[in-house]
Amino acid sequence: MSPAMYNRLWLAFLDTVQMVGISALIALVIGIPIAVFLVVSAPGGFFEAPRLNRAVAAVVNGFRATPFIVLLVALLPFTRFLTGTTIGVWAAIVPLSISATPFFARIAEVSLREVDKGLIEAAQAMGCRKWHIVRHVLLPEAFPGIVGGFTITVVTMIGASAMAGAVGAGGLGDMAIRYGYQRFDTTVMIAVIIVLIAMVTLVQFAGDYTVRRLRNR
Amino acid sequence: MAALTVETTAVPVHGAATEKVATATRVASAAGAGSVRFEKLGKIYRSAAGAVNALEDIDLEIPAGRVYGIIGRSGAGKSSLLRTINRLETPTSGRVLVDGQDIGRFDEDALVELRRRLGMIFQHFNLLSAKTVRENVALPLVVAGVPKKQIAERVDEVLALVGLEGKHNVYPSRLSGGQKQRVGIARALVHKPEILLCDEATSALDPETTLSILKLLKDINRSLGLTIILITHEMSVIREICENVLVLEQGRIAEEGPVWQVFGAPKHDATRALLRPLSRDLPEDIAARLQPQPVAGGEAVLELHYTGGESAGPDLSCLASALGTSVRLLHGTIDRIQGHAQGTLLVAARGVSESNLEALKGHVGSARILGHVASDV
Ligand SMILES: Nc1ncnc2c1ncn2[C@@H]1O[C@H](COP(=O)(O)OP(=O)(O)O)[C@@H](O)[C@H]1O
Ligand SMILES: [Mg+2]
Repeated sequence: MSPAMYNRLWLAFLDTVQMVGISALIALVIGIPIAVFLVVSAPGGFFEAPRLNRAVAAVVNGFRATPFIVLLVALLPFTRFLTGTTIGVWAAIVPLSISATPFFARIAEVSLREVDKGLIEAAQAMGCRKWHIVRHVLLPEAFPGIVGGFTITVVTMIGASAMAGAVGAGGLGDMAIRYGYQRFDTTVMIAVIIVLIAMVTLVQFAGDYTVRRLRNR
Repeated sequence: MAALTVETTAVPVHGAATEKVATATRVASAAGAGSVRFEKLGKIYRSAAGAVNALEDIDLEIPAGRVYGIIGRSGAGKSSLLRTINRLETPTSGRVLVDGQDIGRFDEDALVELRRRLGMIFQHFNLLSAKTVRENVALPLVVAGVPKKQIAERVDEVLALVGLEGKHNVYPSRLSGGQKQRVGIARALVHKPEILLCDEATSALDPETTLSILKLLKDINRSLGLTIILITHEMSVIREICENVLVLEQGRIAEEGPVWQVFGAPKHDATRALLRPLSRDLPEDIAARLQPQPVAGGEAVLELHYTGGESAGPDLSCLASALGTSVRLLHGTIDRIQGHAQGTLLVAARGVSESNLEALKGHVGSARILGHVASDV
């Protein structure tokens, strides 16, 4: 590979990191409140609201059931409305975060649901308000599970970001298609694959390590 | 309402207000800080599987400062009753009054305030695994907005009280069951509650640890003067520390009273069934030789039951003179509960028949002839 190609690979890597990083952050910030809401508003939860719960769950499931590639195309008008364009990193962030948020919310919900009901009762008995329970009981107790779920989400998003590359979002996926698929440059393709594998491995390792640290206290 | 107006008694008042204050004081002292009253309480759980009548017609007064036990078979409604006190469970009918106030009418803020006057400990401790001992114990104060410095001092104080100095920064998973329950107790006491609610707090502990936790609870009751209401299925726990006991059976009050009375002379089948593991059965060798009719030259075997209400207690010489014959002790146990001796003794006495039993009145709670044996038992 030429130095120019290395440079391109580096820039594509940065694009992917940016796409995945920002989308993951959005998924985290929006996904956790959704997950908390789904848990506390469920029947038997301390903020019971069955109708709203079902409505939110339906929307979440709808997005979860839609394949990312379909979502990508279907969201084009919305993406253009938000970012003024349908190509580039920011244009990819819209579908990526919209796909990752429900995915992550569902995983986080499972962790939150697993928090022992006895702990919530103990908190109520000591005079915690609803917000205190979320802040001091639900989130900290579910935290290891949420970190694990976030890791899975980020890994999935790295794969999805490559797909976003197919519709001109830039990043590693874009590079693999442009050089490897359209110009039959196997070397570049393999280089991209190696970078992707390294990214996924690193994220998975960091996630697993953190979860282990949290669980082992 | 009573406790709300109590504060005004501390302020000098004149004229028309005086009468009102006097009334308030009387009501407040009758209710006391740490008293609980149930009025016609009922609780029905409705679910897809049908309705469960968990509590019915509960009328009960728990005075302040007591160690009050609740026993009953599994499913009798003990937890449901206890949990209505801090409104973890809402009654379907009737009222719960804490310090004379109807807690059913409390809004969210008042409920939070109430819960900060009550502490609760649980069978499975319910400690937060993501927080250290210090953070667990501090939480009730943190959410109440107490200043950091004050929290630190108070946490040190209660951890010392429960004997857990030096465990401040440990996570609960590193503690033994007994230590976990001590953290639970510290957490329940940290905001200086008037009442401590204990739901099977020693049921997950071994007997030795149970004793040490009971001792701690008793000490706390004595030194802090707070009311302790505890559920247990272990009669020994009641006997160890409770002053009063309530027996629940299928959601209703079977009986209630001082422990020595209820245990000494149980009136209800449910109580007797619960106490059975404590009473010793007739020894095999005696049972095998008992005969329904008097044996020539033999003795009668008497079962003497002491309820703790007798004037003299189990006085053996009294027995002998009342029966007019010598009395041999065969078997039995006498326990002292709250200073009352109670239990069952088996004795053998020569020449005693039903007509002699009258003479024992006043000396023993009840006496009956089990049968007769040849004299060499
Ligand atoms: N949340 C609930 N939903 C339905 N039934 C319940 C619930 N909690 C308790 N019960 C029922 O109420 C009865 C009393 O339960 P509980 O108060 O837990 O008894 P105990 O503590 O004496 O074992 C039982 O029959 C139990 O099955
Ligand atoms: Mg129970």
